[in-house]
Amino acid sequence: MAGSTPASATAEARAPRAPSATSPWREAWRRFRRHKMALASLFVLAFMVAAVVVGPLVWRLAINDIDFTARLTTPSLAHPMGTDDLGQDILARMLYGGRISIAVGLAAMTMAIFVGVLIGAIAGMSRGWVDSALMWVTDLFLSLPQLPLLLLVIYLFRDTLKAAFGTEVGVFILIVLVIGGLRWMPVARLVRAQFFSLREKEFVEAARALGASVPRQVVRHILPNALGPVIVAGTIDVAAAIIAESTLSFLGLGFPPDIPTWGRILFDSKDYLDIAPHWALFPGMAIFLTVLTINFVGDGLRDALDPRRVM
Amino acid sequence: MGPYVLRRLLIALPSLLGISVVLFTVLALAPGDPFEELATNPNVPAEVKQMLRQKFGLDDPVWQRYFRWLSAMLQGDWGFSFISRVDVDQLILQRVPVTLAVIGASQVLALLVALPVGIYSAVRPYSVFDRIASSLAFIGFSLPTFFTGLLLILLFSITLDWLPFVYRADIPGSGWPWWWAHIKQAIMPVTVLGLFQGASWMRYVRSAVLDVIRLDYVTTARSKGLAERAVIVHHVVRNALIPVVTLVALQMPAVFGGAIVTEQIFRIPGIGSLLIDAILRNDTPVIMAVTFVLSCLVILFNLIADLLYGWLDPRISYR
Repeated sequence: MAGSTPASATAEARAPRAPSATSPWREAWRRFRRHKMALASLFVLAFMVAAVVVGPLVWRLAINDIDFTARLTTPSLAHPMGTDDLGQDILARMLYGGRISIAVGLAAMTMAIFVGVLIGAIAGMSRGWVDSALMWVTDLFLSLPQLPLLLLVIYLFRDTLKAAFGTEVGVFILIVLVIGGLRWMPVARLVRAQFFSLREKEFVEAARALGASVPRQVVRHILPNALGPVIVAGTIDVAAAIIAESTLSFLGLGFPPDIPTWGRILFDSKDYLDIAPHWALFPGMAIFLTVLTINFVGDGLRDALDPRRVM
Repeated sequence: MGPYVLRRLLIALPSLLGISVVLFTVLALAPGDPFEELATNPNVPAEVKQMLRQKFGLDDPVWQRYFRWLSAMLQGDWGFSFISRVDVDQLILQRVPVTLAVIGASQVLALLVALPVGIYSAVRPYSVFDRIASSLAFIGFSLPTFFTGLLLILLFSITLDWLPFVYRADIPGSGWPWWWAHIKQAIMPVTVLGLFQGASWMRYVRSAVLDVIRLDYVTTARSKGLAERAVIVHHVVRNALIPVVTLVALQMPAVFGGAIVTEQIFRIPGIGSLLIDAILRNDTPVIMAVTFVLSCLVILFNLIADLLYGWLDPRISYR
């Protein structure tokens, strides 16, 4: 491996340093800051999240205020992002929809990480047939065509959940469960691979010798050391879940029209593309910017938390 | 190669069965009963209902219903579309070629973009070209296909009026004008799908080539005086492609997902838009069959990737 090409742009600048007493998190933050695009993305993303959280409190137009005198107007002071075919303010709808899109992304990511870590940890700690069976299931899920399955499940279960939890919560639960349930596989494989190497390390052996139970070994010793790649995968998963939710809504099969997520606004706007392109551009740009910044942050986190790749 | 192909086929079979189990479970767990309408109709006596249920085997144990369903699926007996009033297999056979053509063309485009750009970027890492290409790739796979599709329609169909944005399967005429009309309407969907895939593949190719290009045997090849071109093409790329093929195979489900969205945007009459139409119109037999066909296609492409893998990497072929 007499290589002269560094694996990452940020690795080059790193001079050998004397070991200091900084915590691993400070160290990670220091590495993260070196990725300029990731840092910039973090600020843009924080701004967008803040806008979505605080925005509806400041911009107080109702999302369903119908005004036929102001149909399809282009952006102006009264409506900074214009209005749609019913004269509803697009900015208000965007801010409201952003909350849902981001909430779906975070919730689906949490679910994917939870299932993935659970399955990966069980497979990684047990040898033999449990491991083989779990990995077979993982590979099977990896080769499922996700979007058709997503559509199928939503088609079959939509009405029941709507009846049980109400439209908003029902659709939210369904979408989060389905997206989360179809995205845990990469995490499971990552965790399993990490566990395989970590469980043979000396510090785990020491813990075992001291009589630590298997759950304690996992939770206190192995899992914290396997967390870096999981956090990276989780970040990317948020972006993937946001895209998945927008795709469903864009196909008209996600949230109902009275819950304007970004994908839904785009779906409603696509028939007016010739007369009101602004209607489609704002939600599209919002999805694109969110996904792009999350991906960049994930890239920066990989440099920061996955030192293997940096070296 | 023969035993290898056979072994791969035998591995593909259980995953096909697994997928069918998943599909059937989803179907069986789903609320609602095909005879719900009968149950609420007071004109149908209880005995008739019972007889119908028995005739269609709805009260049999789950595993019996599964095997009956599976054998019907495998024999191409996919039922009758509620809406179109034709057999589902006919409907799907009409639609599959269009989908495969669009996906195929876009994958070729993706490869044509990803391979040269990825290799060139990795040969000169952190150069201006690499930085621009990597940034563009990042943007490319962060742009969801439905948004790129709308942007292209906005630019090329509405503003410039160069390309049609509705795909027509029944273009009249023949000869060159006919071909040209077909190519013209396929440009945008193929570009949307191809560039999206190409962007993520470019990153795979780049990192795979970067991994290989630092190995000692490449230095050896250079030091024995081989031309740079020969080193890259024969020594680096062939080995770098091995992990790329795996990643591409893993992306197959996403490719079909992207095809569904693209078909919906450009109204291409493929199986993706058939699926969406069927869902919007509650056409259950079509939905099940299309999902099944898409699963089979994914497995088929995984199989092809495995075979390619065996061809690229002789070490694993006969193991």
